[in-house]
Parts: sequence; C-alpha cells; structure tokens
Amino acid sequence: MFEIRGLKYKNILDIEYLDIPDKKITCIVGESGSGKTTLLRHLNNLISPDSGQILYKGVDIESMNPIILRRQVVMAPQTPVVFPGNVRYNLTIGLMFSEKPMVNDDVLKRWMDLVHLNKALDEDTDKFSGGEKQRLCLARILVLEPEVLLLDEPSSALDEGTEHLVVNNIVTYAKDAAKIVVMVTHSKSVAQRYGDVIVTVDKGRISDMEKKEGAI
Amino acid sequence: MMNGIIDLGIWQMLSAYIFVLIVVWIVWSRRIGREKEILISAVRMTVQLIAVGYILAYIFEHASPIYTFAALAVMEIFAVYNAYQRIKVKLNTRLRKIIAVSLVLGTMGSLLFFVLGVVRVKPWYNPQYFIPLGGMIIGNSMTGITLGTDRVLDGMRTRKEQIEMALMLGATPKMAAKQIGDSAFETAILPTVNQMMGMGIVFLPGMMTGQILSGTSPLTAIEYQIAIMLGILGSVSLSVILFVIWSYRAFFNERAQLVDD
Repeated sequence: MFEIRGLKYKNILDIEYLDIPDKKITCIVGESGSGKTTLLRHLNNLISPDSGQILYKGVDIESMNPIILRRQVVMAPQTPVVFPGNVRYNLTIGLMFSEKPMVNDDVLKRWMDLVHLNKALDEDTDKFSGGEKQRLCLARILVLEPEVLLLDEPSSALDEGTEHLVVNNIVTYAKDAAKIVVMVTHSKSVAQRYGDVIVTVDKGRISDMEKKEGAI
Repeated sequence: MMNGIIDLGIWQMLSAYIFVLIVVWIVWSRRIGREKEILISAVRMTVQLIAVGYILAYIFEHASPIYTFAALAVMEIFAVYNAYQRIKVKLNTRLRKIIAVSLVLGTMGSLLFFVLGVVRVKPWYNPQYFIPLGGMIIGNSMTGITLGTDRVLDGMRTRKEQIEMALMLGATPKMAAKQIGDSAFETAILPTVNQMMGMGIVFLPGMMTGQILSGTSPLTAIEYQIAIMLGILGSVSLSVILFVIWSYRAFFNERAQLVDD
C-alpha cells in the first residue's frame, strides 16, 4: 500500500526500499532515536523527505493534496493530545477537522468500549490520567474509520494487561474492517504477537524485515 | 460661559515646571533615585510637543491633502516600527509585512470611513480632524495588533502539539490555527472593550476632556467621544482580524506542514 523508494531525511532516515502491505498489521520496532516516529510522520506527509519517494496506492504522496491524504491516513502521536473540553468534544473533533458527518453517542460509546475507556461522554478531560488520555486519542482516530491507522507507541502509557486488551481489540477491528495498521512499538512482545510484518529500524536504516507465515 | 480656553503664558508654564521640580526634590530627598528619568522625560515631552505644536500649526494653516496624508504616513510608519519593537519574539520578514499591511489597511479603512462617512468634514482632507483622530485610531490599533501578535506567536509555540494533532486528524492549516487566532483577537480587543465599559464612570476620556477644556459643550464632546470609540473598536478589530487571517499562513508550508523555525 505504501512503497518507499530511496527515502532520505536529514541525518535521521535513509531507507532504500520498504513496502507496507495492504490490509495488514505492520509493526515498526527499533531503539529510541532510531527514526521510527520520523518514518511514521512521512506516511501522512506531516514531513516531506529530502529525497526519494513515498507512494500511496501507487501515487507519489508529494503530488497528493496533503489534507485529503491525512483524512485517509490518520495518525495518533505518542504523546496524547487532549483538547480542552469534554470526552464527546474530544472524540468528535476529528470529524469536525476532516469534515465528516457527525456520529451519535452510541457510536462513540462503541469506540470507547473498544479501547476500554469507561467514561461518560460529558465528563471533562482535564483530570484524565496518561493512560486514559492515550485511549481517548486512540478512540478519536477510530471514530474517523480511516483506511490507514498510524499508531505511534499506542500503548506506552498503559499497563501490560490493558496494553494487550487494547492493542488486541484494535488489531481485531482492523482485520475485520480490512484496514491497514502501521504501529511503532518498543514492545517486542506486542510486535511478535500482532504484527504480520515486523520492520526493524536501526540508525535510520531498515536492518531487518520479518514476514509472518501466511501473512503476505 | 462656553468661551475659549485660557492661553497659558510663559510664566504659567514655568510655574508648572516648578511643580515638577518640587516632585523631583521630594524624590531626591527620599533617595528613591528616579529623579533623572523624571527630568529627562519631562524635558523630552516638552521638546517633542513644542515641535509637534509648530508642525501642526503649520499644517493647519496650509491645509492640503498632501500634508494631511504625509502626516498620517509618518504616524503609520512610527506605529509599525513601534509594534515591531514591542513584540518580544523575533519576527521574520513575512510576519513583519503582514503586521504592516494589516495595521495600515485596518486603520486607514476605519479612519477614512469615520472622517469622511461619519463626521463628513469639509474640505475632505481637513487636517484638524484627520490628524488627531488618526492618531487615536492608529495608536489604539497599534496596541491591539501588538497584543494580538504576541498571542499568536506564543500560541503557535506553546500549542504546537495541538496544531499538529489537528493536522493529523485531517484539519486544514486554517482550522488547526483557528483557536489561536480567536484567542489573539480576544486579547487584542480586550483593552478597548474594557475602556468602553468604564467610560464616563471610571474616567473621562482624553479627547472629551480636551474638548470640554477648550469650551466645547459636553454634549457635543460626548458625540465625538462615542463616534471615536466606535471608530477605534472597528479599527482595532479590523487590523487584528486581517493579521490573524494572513498570519497563520506564515507558520505552514505549501504541504500544510508546520514550519520549524
């Protein structure tokens, strides 16, 4: 689905060749500072490469309208960003930004259940814990039902038990709905358990690529 | 009793200075240590005002559109530079241009509307109206745009994560920066709004006081005061709205990415 060819970005990334397959879970692992997040931010054109190409469905993303691209390829950053307001506002703000039709409370509740966020829609978000904020942000991008979910350390603020529950639910949903997930994770166990493809990034280069049996 | 103001003679002016000297003596004797600043500022004020008095007297006597607009141009240039200096953050060329254009368009638009459309002076370039009213409109708008710019720059820095989050959720740069623009507008017009709230109760505004001192009926003075306050409100709002509309673009590139400075 994504084809990266000769991508260079500052001294951070140098990727000769990388394919991210359609309808699969791709996990990106590697040490901190290896360029995982920078790679993810290229996929929704939040940054542009200094040289090389990234194709999405065969089209160079530099030739696409970046706003349209980001409405199909939605990213949840590692540090959750909560907008001042209640849960409902935070869940629906993405619909506003991407000019999609509003959804009703039942739908919002369903996404909250999927990430195990047990809060009232009218509850104010300013006293949420780090883990609650993270799940709120995950639910927010799920509400958009984009084609591609870019998840940067989606479980970094969650305890291990919740981590597996939440990631498992998101992956199950993505498989059922034929979505693509590209997930940066520091957790080898998460990558091994859920990744169809595991890409290891080391000092900005792809050092290993593992495809699971029957995955491709 | 509605006759002209008492012209202050040289001795009367000197007696006002004696008053300042007494203040300076008190400050000196109490070792507060600001007597130099008081004296310098009093002298500077005197010299500047004398110069302005003669310039204005000359312009009023030789009224012409060229003099009127030259005086306004000087005020605008001064206001733009003053705004640059008062903004704490370093500004790039693009933002400087946006500040200058918004301030000039906002103030000149409001001033022309106010003088030609509301007061309807004759002749149309009458410097007696254009220059003092221009000064008030430009001065207040300068303060407004300074506050607004500070707020926008501060917001773009401190709320960078929120802006990027909005972009990740498919927002256009305009949507992503909207909240910052709104709060900048609010901050910029707040002094004007507060001033209007307290007007006539907490204080008598300068222009009205001046007109009353010069023998104008208080009822005429308030007409002008009401009109000028509306003019100032309009001009501050217009300048800041133009700034907000144009400025957000300076923070994004053509790929709708946040520009890192």
